[in-house]
Amino acid sequence: MLRLEHRPQPSARWTWLAPPLAVLITMIAGGALFAALGKNPVDTIRTIFWDPLFGEFAFYYRPQLLVKAAPLILIAIGLSLGFRAGIWNIGAEGQYIVGAITGAGAGLAFYPLDAWFIFPLMILAGALGGFLWAMIPAVLRARFGTNEILVSLMLVYVAEQLLAKMALGLLRNPEGRGFPGSRNLQQYAPAHNAEIIANTGIHWGVLAAFIAVIFAYILLARHVLGYQIKLTGQAPRAARFAGVNTERLVFICLGLSGALAGLAGMFEVAGPAGQISIEFNVGYGFTAIIVAFLGRLHPLGIQLAGLLMALTYIGGEAAESSLQLPAAAIQVFQGMLLFFLLAVDVLSNFRLRLSRTEAA
Amino acid sequence: MDLSSIDPVVLMASVIVASTPILLAALGELVVERAGVLNLGVEGMMITGAICGFAIAVNTGSPLLGFAAAAAGGAALSLLFALLTQFALANQVASGLALTLFGLGLSALLGQGYVGVKPPPTAALDFGPLTDLPVLGRVLFSHDLMVYVALGLVAAVWGFLRFSRAGLILRAVGESHDAAHALGYKVVRVRVLAIVFGGACAGLGGAYISLARVPQWTEGMTAGAGWIALALVVFASWKAGRVLLGAWLFGGVSVLQLNLQAAGAQFPVASLGWITLAACAAYLGYVLWQRQEISGRTRVILGVTAFAGAAFSYWRQGVYVPFQVEYLSMSPYLITIVVLVIMSFDKSRAPGSLGRIFHASQ
Repeated sequence: MLRLEHRPQPSARWTWLAPPLAVLITMIAGGALFAALGKNPVDTIRTIFWDPLFGEFAFYYRPQLLVKAAPLILIAIGLSLGFRAGIWNIGAEGQYIVGAITGAGAGLAFYPLDAWFIFPLMILAGALGGFLWAMIPAVLRARFGTNEILVSLMLVYVAEQLLAKMALGLLRNPEGRGFPGSRNLQQYAPAHNAEIIANTGIHWGVLAAFIAVIFAYILLARHVLGYQIKLTGQAPRAARFAGVNTERLVFICLGLSGALAGLAGMFEVAGPAGQISIEFNVGYGFTAIIVAFLGRLHPLGIQLAGLLMALTYIGGEAAESSLQLPAAAIQVFQGMLLFFLLAVDVLSNFRLRLSRTEAA
Repeated sequence: MDLSSIDPVVLMASVIVASTPILLAALGELVVERAGVLNLGVEGMMITGAICGFAIAVNTGSPLLGFAAAAAGGAALSLLFALLTQFALANQVASGLALTLFGLGLSALLGQGYVGVKPPPTAALDFGPLTDLPVLGRVLFSHDLMVYVALGLVAAVWGFLRFSRAGLILRAVGESHDAAHALGYKVVRVRVLAIVFGGACAGLGGAYISLARVPQWTEGMTAGAGWIALALVVFASWKAGRVLLGAWLFGGVSVLQLNLQAAGAQFPVASLGWITLAACAAYLGYVLWQRQEISGRTRVILGVTAFAGAAFSYWRQGVYVPFQVEYLSMSPYLITIVVLVIMSFDKSRAPGSLGRIFHASQ
């Protein structure tokens, strides 16, 4: 009989072995899924994971990798702080949308003025928008003890409606002949989140993501706040006895993750997406949850996980065009990854023991 | 403003239809949570049920088989959750989210060939002369089978939890899994059964959306219904009867907003101010009722907000603007939040072991 034995300490080895193992199992299960869809599994896996990096068109795909990874990493870094403290912000998608709206709104308000301060102002506005949107569940949780999971999630649907309203109303391009969608920020230089170094994919959002990773690392490893976050997550009662202000922690964790998600939205709308439109959001806020877990809620892990997840997006698109793989198959693939990760995780907290059935 | 086009009898009948999906899903989740398990994957199980039911109903021509397949699909997905949380002892919040993300992807994949297809109609039950009763006939006796299944399930779940021995065991497992384990009850077995029941119910609820309420298949068509069902369980303080009330409330809001959209109703702007004022008064009333201390800063904020609300109402008195579709579409979600806030004052009811991991060695 297989038996689970509780480890006194989570195994450090398995904590870091689990994600690669989960990725491997997902590739096998994904291969089976692709085979069931009538595709050659080896070809498909190669198209998704190998070709964008080392294939013939890698020069085109590699910059894309950073473009897709930046919002995922930015959002996941914020989420990981809360997840560590047992504060579940599931509504990053909503904060991402609102950050994009406020960021783009701040830029468009100055159209067609040409001034240096517009882009910094947009960054502030985007972060503030996401921050305020996240403050709704934060205030409700801190003041009334309302479940932040459900509130933040509900606000995603509200934000989606708000996005539609903005694309059709307030922010609609006056010269767009009535089509929904705002002016294209790529064509408005002072508000354009352009590449810092041409053809590398590195725009300001990528830089922000790297900075966020470093700050989160310092926060968690060296700062008392990071210690309090970890303590609250692992032993809430001990944290209270140690004088941790849980209410303040709710505000900080939700506020930071909201601001980072808002930033991600703003960088996206001012750069790769270009405009506020009804179909602006593509689920980065939800995929970032997978990224956060896959990266073990650790900043460096999140960076790697974000790049990997970006690879599945890009490789998925490539497989979609060259192998006619349905787009949803990649979504299933990403979902499976989180499943397997959670399942493999049992090995870091428990020891598998083979034992004969004992007499009770 | 022309509200005469809204017929209250038709409205009530459609409230019952609109509330059925979330009622089914919430009842399932209620049982799961009473067993001490928090499954956040309702949305994923609902949408999987929606496509499973839709596909089978289209291929066989039988809505009944469709509903059976939906229940099976939802249950199968929930089994994954059971595997993760009960055997691999994974975090329930993370596992539930994984279930939702996976279910959304899976349903999109399964539903590829079904966009734009019409499902076989789900026929209304024949109640003979009862259907011709004025008002009651239209409201109560004009629906399809699943509406009555859902209502029957409310009674069944209520009776099961309240009167049956198995229900007592399930509640014991949910309140304190260690005590239940010490008494010799199979905690994991009870929980797995509850999870599977919850999955089947969520699947049925999803299929009711794709087969009866909408009836068609579009990606992501449950649009948060699963999350609203989760909120409904909190709203109902984990009681079956109140789930029904809550489902009608949410069904009512979503039907009403659709009707207001269709009727091109006008919105009295001043009511925003009145709502603000009422919220301040309600909060003050609560604080006084609880005999809590109220800090000076809170007092100032409360006073200023209330005054601003009143001033706004006075300023915008008699001003009407057309309801905007997008803002009306927000209303079910916003009302869910408001209801969650109100219910969070009542902290005593959640099952004691909700969301905690059980392992016999601990």
